[in-house]
Amino acid sequence: MSDVMVRAEQVCKDFGHVQVLKGIDLEVLNGEVMCVIGPSGSGKSTFLRCINHLEKVNAGRLYVDGRLIGYREHGGKLHELKEREVAAQRKDIGMVFQRFNLFPHMTALENVMEAPQRVKGEPASVVRTRAEELMERVGLAAKMRSYPAQLSGGQQQRVAIARALAMQPKLMLFDEPTSALDPELVGEVLDVMRDLAREGMTMIVVTHEMGFAREVGDSLVFMDDGIVVEKGSPREVLTNPQHERTKLFLSKVL
Amino acid sequence: MTDTERVRPETIRAVPVRHPGRWVAAAVIVVLAAMLVSNIVTNANYNWAEQWKYFFSPPVLNGVRNTIWLTIAAMLGGVSLGIVLALMRLSPNPLMRGASWLYLWVFRGTPLYTQLLIWGNIGALFPQFGIGIPFGPEFVTWPTNALYSAALMAALGLILNEAAYMAEIIRAGILSVDPGQQEAAQALGMTRMHTMRRIVLPQAMRVIVPPTGNEAISMLKNTSLVAAIPYLELTFTAQTIYASTYQVIPMLIMACIWYLILSSIMMIGQFYIERYYAKGSHPGGGRVRFIGGTA
Repeated sequence: MSDVMVRAEQVCKDFGHVQVLKGIDLEVLNGEVMCVIGPSGSGKSTFLRCINHLEKVNAGRLYVDGRLIGYREHGGKLHELKEREVAAQRKDIGMVFQRFNLFPHMTALENVMEAPQRVKGEPASVVRTRAEELMERVGLAAKMRSYPAQLSGGQQQRVAIARALAMQPKLMLFDEPTSALDPELVGEVLDVMRDLAREGMTMIVVTHEMGFAREVGDSLVFMDDGIVVEKGSPREVLTNPQHERTKLFLSKVL
Repeated sequence: MTDTERVRPETIRAVPVRHPGRWVAAAVIVVLAAMLVSNIVTNANYNWAEQWKYFFSPPVLNGVRNTIWLTIAAMLGGVSLGIVLALMRLSPNPLMRGASWLYLWVFRGTPLYTQLLIWGNIGALFPQFGIGIPFGPEFVTWPTNALYSAALMAALGLILNEAAYMAEIIRAGILSVDPGQQEAAQALGMTRMHTMRRIVLPQAMRVIVPPTGNEAISMLKNTSLVAAIPYLELTFTAQTIYASTYQVIPMLIMACIWYLILSSIMMIGQFYIERYYAKGSHPGGGRVRFIGGTA
């Protein structure tokens, strides 16, 4: 295992004529928690979605754990990976969405068990034990048989985290995991994420929670208009921003 | 005033709004119902005895059996082919989309009765049927008339027509599922087929089942059109009986009673299927009642 978990080299993404990412260079080390902040439309969610190939990058290269994402480089040419190969790369990358996206026709426990059992093909008994442990870890041991519609937003998001962890990923991506929650439910989700960071999980967190970024993040990235404007330790960036755009943004949100 | 002192105001006891229109409507309906009952009892032209005589007769039971298996075969075949057509229509491959669109254009754009007439006379269009290389030599051929059976053509005609309608119902169901579901499934490493089978289709079923129930009940009645082939289902059987007895109305009403019995059974089945696919959609975990709404 290399020391660098994610390496982005000049990553560009266009939607039609709109350039959303204009050359992102970033490195995330093993065990690092990187928080990404920036105004809406700055491309931070798009960048996150490129990392597990939910979006195809138009230029540049993205590596996770040393492997090029979405393509194979062969004889100086890039070949698109087959659907099955892309799916295989995603097994190691967990993702948590702003809108939870739990499967509503399955119970919480079934949500957590689905992928390890049917994608990885692990035996049901092993998966069940792990899923129950994970549900306990996110504080929902009593809610295993509930359907998502019977859970609060905070509970749903914790199930979503357990679901991603059930695949035993090397990297976790969080796309504004608390933005759709009522204010009093934000804390319980951040607590779970804080524990996860303490256990050494490599995490990239797109967020508006400056307190979380300062306390838990190892590094903080400020993105605006498709580029990385500033990167540094959360304390530095939040208390002593070097760029005008960072100062302007922070003055509005802090 | 503190909380403990709060006094509840007097409960409202207002005079309810009167509904004279309801009484008028009730009176009209009662009179009409009485007229209908009186007619059924006194009008000899219904000839209930004649209906009863034939109700469980072997030809009628044979017609009922044929109607039932045609309905089941047409719906099973129509749903299966409809899924394929819907997935083709949603495919990223433009040729697949085009082929599916063309199929729908032909089979929805022409009447079922006319299509069934063509299937009944298919031998005139393709006198021979064979397996071979396209535009090349054929390995085996049969005269179409040797393979032809009225039952096969009746089922085929209904299936091909139904598939076109089912394709649109299934496509609408798939499109109704939040795109976030597919993203979440893909992010977990599921393939497109796995996502469709385990995540999207089960959720799409909630939208697909009610109109499919309607289609099945329509199909029960549309089987009567295979008289065009011709094939002896319930209505055609009734016709053959009154061709010799001249008891036209009694035989047709007898057929209607059979159709009502069968469609009532289907409505009960539809209710249980809908309830199964409503799994997880009610926050209170409430069960769906037969007439609709949640208990």
